[in-house]
Amino acid sequence: MSDALIRLEGVKKSFQKGQERIEIFDGLDMEIEAGDFVAIMGPSGSGKTTLLNMLGGVDQPSGGAIYFEGDRIDSLSEGKLAKWRANNVGFIFQFYNLMEMLTAARNVELPLLLTKLSGAERKKSVAAALELVGLADRAKHVPTELSGGQQQRIAIARAIVSDPKLLLCDEPTGDLDRVTATEILEILQLLNRDFGKTIVMVTHDPEAAKYAKRTLHLDKGQFDERELAA
Amino acid sequence: MTLATIVRKNLTRKRLRFALTLISILIAFFLFSVLQSFREVWQSGIENASDTRLVTVNKINFTQPLPFAYFNRVQSIEGIEAVTHADWFGGYFQDPQNFVQTFAVNAVEWIGLYPEMISPPEQVRAFLDNRAGAMVGSGIATRYGWKLGDRIPLSSNIYSQTDGSSVWDVQIEAIYTVEDQFDDTIVLLHYDYFNESRSFGNDMVGWLVIKTAAPELNDSVIAAVDAMFANSSAETDTVTEKAFGEQFQNQFGNISLILTLVISGALVTILMIVGFNMVLAQRERIKEMAVMKTLGFQSSALFGIMLGEALLLSFVGGTLGLLASMGGVALISMLTVGILPAMSLSFQTVLQTYGLMLALGLLTGIIPAYQAYKTRIAVAFARN
Repeated sequence: MSDALIRLEGVKKSFQKGQERIEIFDGLDMEIEAGDFVAIMGPSGSGKTTLLNMLGGVDQPSGGAIYFEGDRIDSLSEGKLAKWRANNVGFIFQFYNLMEMLTAARNVELPLLLTKLSGAERKKSVAAALELVGLADRAKHVPTELSGGQQQRIAIARAIVSDPKLLLCDEPTGDLDRVTATEILEILQLLNRDFGKTIVMVTHDPEAAKYAKRTLHLDKGQFDERELAA
Repeated sequence: MTLATIVRKNLTRKRLRFALTLISILIAFFLFSVLQSFREVWQSGIENASDTRLVTVNKINFTQPLPFAYFNRVQSIEGIEAVTHADWFGGYFQDPQNFVQTFAVNAVEWIGLYPEMISPPEQVRAFLDNRAGAMVGSGIATRYGWKLGDRIPLSSNIYSQTDGSSVWDVQIEAIYTVEDQFDDTIVLLHYDYFNESRSFGNDMVGWLVIKTAAPELNDSVIAAVDAMFANSSAETDTVTEKAFGEQFQNQFGNISLILTLVISGALVTILMIVGFNMVLAQRERIKEMAVMKTLGFQSSALFGIMLGEALLLSFVGGTLGLLASMGGVALISMLTVGILPAMSLSFQTVLQTYGLMLALGLLTGIIPAYQAYKTRIAVAFARN
């Protein structure tokens, strides 16, 4: 047994599409150490997002096993998986997925509703997360009053506010221009380097992948691993 | 912030839709409360009917009079405890539009037969002692500003006096109040005062009211009374007070059924409108629900948020409708003084209204709540 943060053993995943059965993964193995920053690249339809969903416990494999800190998570019930996600995983999406009727601060506070923190403690955590992404002055703005880059920073603040060990990012810069994308990637790098967050990032962008410590190329359900310098 | 904040914010995020839905619910519950109050008043005469009071009218129809002698003759029938009689005066105050429900009665017996009309003993005494006295309901007294001791001109649209006048001057000697929803808009005059001065119809009475010793005796008394006057020039038709009330109301059609249909129509329509809006809201937010589940919210929390939204919408709209109906009921009550007993929003109607709000919230929220509960994160993201 290794001490990897995440370990996949012989993971299989298939979909039924009409009469056809589509195999995405057929015995995928993978390990991610704590503190790693992994970029996952690959052609469309290679299963990058499906893999990310399985790592985050929002989709379950058809076979094999997924371990987090040595505990198997793929066989947990939906309720236990939800609790596990709340405690251990932060998600960052391509299109931010903020709640449009809530202010930035309330969007960031959302995951903290699942904790036992008091209102004052939650406010403190929200302020710290917003400070970290450089948007403390936008706390009372609703998402439609913010630019794409600002919304993604709010989404990052939401992902880290409950201090999860693992951040899963699905094309976090896919909807942003180069300059803004760089700002976002620098924040992710900071979170990995200075706060020890383990990050798994799915991306199409080789420039974005350069910010990771290593890149995994996914093709036909298997990795073609080439370590890249961060 | 709490989950309730999310419920509230969700509800008001599409302000125009929220306002229109709220107004629809408000109107539906306004209609329900007002019509329900009206139905209560409409049926109060039947529901409050005594089970030992019978009404005897002319068999042809109740507008035809009976000989006064019948009043004395029926008293000999076994099982009868008391009898009184009344005439429909056809009254109005000053203007024919100011209808006043006026009966010329045998006052001593009438007061004994109708304990629902409550008046201080000294006022009752004064009324009995004054042949030109009147006993008036508190509802009608309030409407026209009548006080004890006032002399008022009561006109009849049926009768005239021997001198050609159709106005009877009476003095208000007693004001009665009521319990429950007994009619508080009746004016009682003395039969003798009325009978002696009217130009026609003398020594006839409109109908008899008979009190039996026990409800079980009703059938035998009814049979005996009607048998007593069979094959006479004025045959009688005796029924229980409740049956008489029903017959009287049926002249206007089945008002209760009409009201039930209107109320049901309004509620079913609002059920469809709110249900459709809630399902639409859930579909629009499927991605947000997937995000919340991704963040770690349990399916039960999403179920609660969606159901809470439907319940909040229903209770806010319904309560506003209920408040508006207070004004509506007061207005109708004011406009129907003398025609209907005073209308009010009863505790029972308020309870029923809140029960319906709960039912509306549950029925319109349960399907979208269940759909939110069943939302599968990966599928929801893939579709969006």
